[in-house]
Amino acid sequence: MTTTTAPRPTAPAQRRTLARMALVEGRLLLRDPSVMFFSLLFPALLLTVLGLAMPWADQPYDAEDPFLSRISGITGYTPIVLSLAIATVALSTYPATIATYRQRGVLRRLSTTPVGPGRLLVAQVLVNLVALLAAAALAVAVGLAVLDVSAPSQPLLLLGVFVLAVLAVFAMGSLVAALAPTAAAANGWGMTLYFVSLFFAGVWLPLPIMPDVVQDIATYLPLGAASQAMTAAWVGQPFPTTQVLVLAAWTLLATPVAARLFRWS
Amino acid sequence: MSSTPVVRAEHLRKAYGSTLAVADVSLTVEQGEIYGILGRNGAGKTTTVEMLAGLRTPDAGTVRVLGLDPTRDAAALHERVGLQLQESALPDRLRVREALDLYASFYADPADPADLLDLLGLTAKAGTAFKDLSGGQKQRLSVALALVGRPQLAILDELTTGLDPHARRETWAVVEAIRASGVTIVLVTHLMEEAERLCDRIALIASGRVSAVGTPEEIVALAHGEQVLRVRPDGRVPDDVLLGALAGVPDVRDASVADRTLVVRGGGTLVQDVLVALDRHGVRTSDVRLDRASLEDAFVSLTGDGADASADARPSVPASASEV
Repeated sequence: MTTTTAPRPTAPAQRRTLARMALVEGRLLLRDPSVMFFSLLFPALLLTVLGLAMPWADQPYDAEDPFLSRISGITGYTPIVLSLAIATVALSTYPATIATYRQRGVLRRLSTTPVGPGRLLVAQVLVNLVALLAAAALAVAVGLAVLDVSAPSQPLLLLGVFVLAVLAVFAMGSLVAALAPTAAAANGWGMTLYFVSLFFAGVWLPLPIMPDVVQDIATYLPLGAASQAMTAAWVGQPFPTTQVLVLAAWTLLATPVAARLFRWS
Repeated sequence: MSSTPVVRAEHLRKAYGSTLAVADVSLTVEQGEIYGILGRNGAGKTTTVEMLAGLRTPDAGTVRVLGLDPTRDAAALHERVGLQLQESALPDRLRVREALDLYASFYADPADPADLLDLLGLTAKAGTAFKDLSGGQKQRLSVALALVGRPQLAILDELTTGLDPHARRETWAVVEAIRASGVTIVLVTHLMEEAERLCDRIALIASGRVSAVGTPEEIVALAHGEQVLRVRPDGRVPDDVLLGALAGVPDVRDASVADRTLVVRGGGTLVQDVLVALDRHGVRTSDVRLDRASLEDAFVSLTGDGADASADARPSVPASASEV
């Protein structure tokens, strides 16, 4: 019996393993038709249908507001669709997949290999980020090319706020992934958060026509803050300081809590 | 080359809160053997192997697996020990070959996935998604994933639970093929037939303790050095004549008559001695039945809660009756 110790995996080898896992996870995502549809295509599809069918699409977004009166309804709805794209992946697809992997012993099996289960979580986050970026890019591209969505007035701010929003909502999804005891629970919690978040993000009814109290609550919720901050960046409102702080706070609070509470089995 | 055991565990103990899962388990697994860990559900089998594999840290006791401390050297250990865990699934849409290729990439010196598919009879299923495999195919894939790192030790937990008899037999053949390739195997099971068929040695675990260790035959002998002979005489023979005939037969430990059948318990050359004695007393017999204790009886008497070891040794207790 030889007792040579196995060579320690080098950093490039570890990166290769991660890349390989991410590739496999990506393929699995592409093989799931419902995830494909809702994560990747639905935001663009929703924007297109509303843009083409709704009479308010080319009306001023909000005639009362000095900024919102200058943009069309469908332009005002575009940042909301970006919020939808973030939430679908971060609150529905991602936590449900992680909880399923835990419940079905996928993580446990990985913990018996030299690689361990941590890298699968990283691979999942990467794949979901790519899906989310693709969905958002597709929605914006369709909006600009097919619909009369006007270009964002502060594109860099929009990008920064979008990244912050992704981090904050993923942190919330990670809490669900960490705490839900079963895949069914993750689904239930995720979907509840999802639909409540969509309400406060203005997906059902545009925020400007909602009561002030709803708008105030929305400012302090991750997806509500995301929607308001992206709208501000898109239409050129003053810098959304409160919303940016809210998003940062959710990210900084929820991420370590999720990491700490995460159960591997 | 050396005679260092593959696994040496001494006085392992593990509690979850106030529940003592493993009270005191010591094991020594030698190179090249199939070592069975047999016990009822909840006896502490899985917790024991999880400590061997470095997935759980013992509260007390020491473990060395291939000379490594599983807690401290987990990464090095996982490179050389393959684990097939109970109820470990894969993503539904992951295909057989993809799973093997992915898991092969985790190890420094992996086996050829194509060879493994061949060994486990999965070549035709290489492109099939996990969710479309049968129970037996899923288990065989699970074994393949445990072997893809070319382990020196494979730990297989409840390998055939939930499989139909045919798939079970196929899986047993696979285990024997793996051993033939030089891998030491620790097999966790609650199935007597499986342990009896595959294992060179068995540790019987009950309530977190090892209650017996030995070859399947030794375990049986430990529980029951006893045979039970049932003799039905031709015609009516008074009970006292039957019992009287046995006086002086050395190996008889106990005899009784029930429903016109003489039931004799004892050891040694019981059958021959009893039949000769009866013949000498003019008792003709038409029906003779010998029941030998089985591993299952040993299991029940050695792991049962207060079960009497001298209890009737009929080998007909269904395996499921011993599950809790």
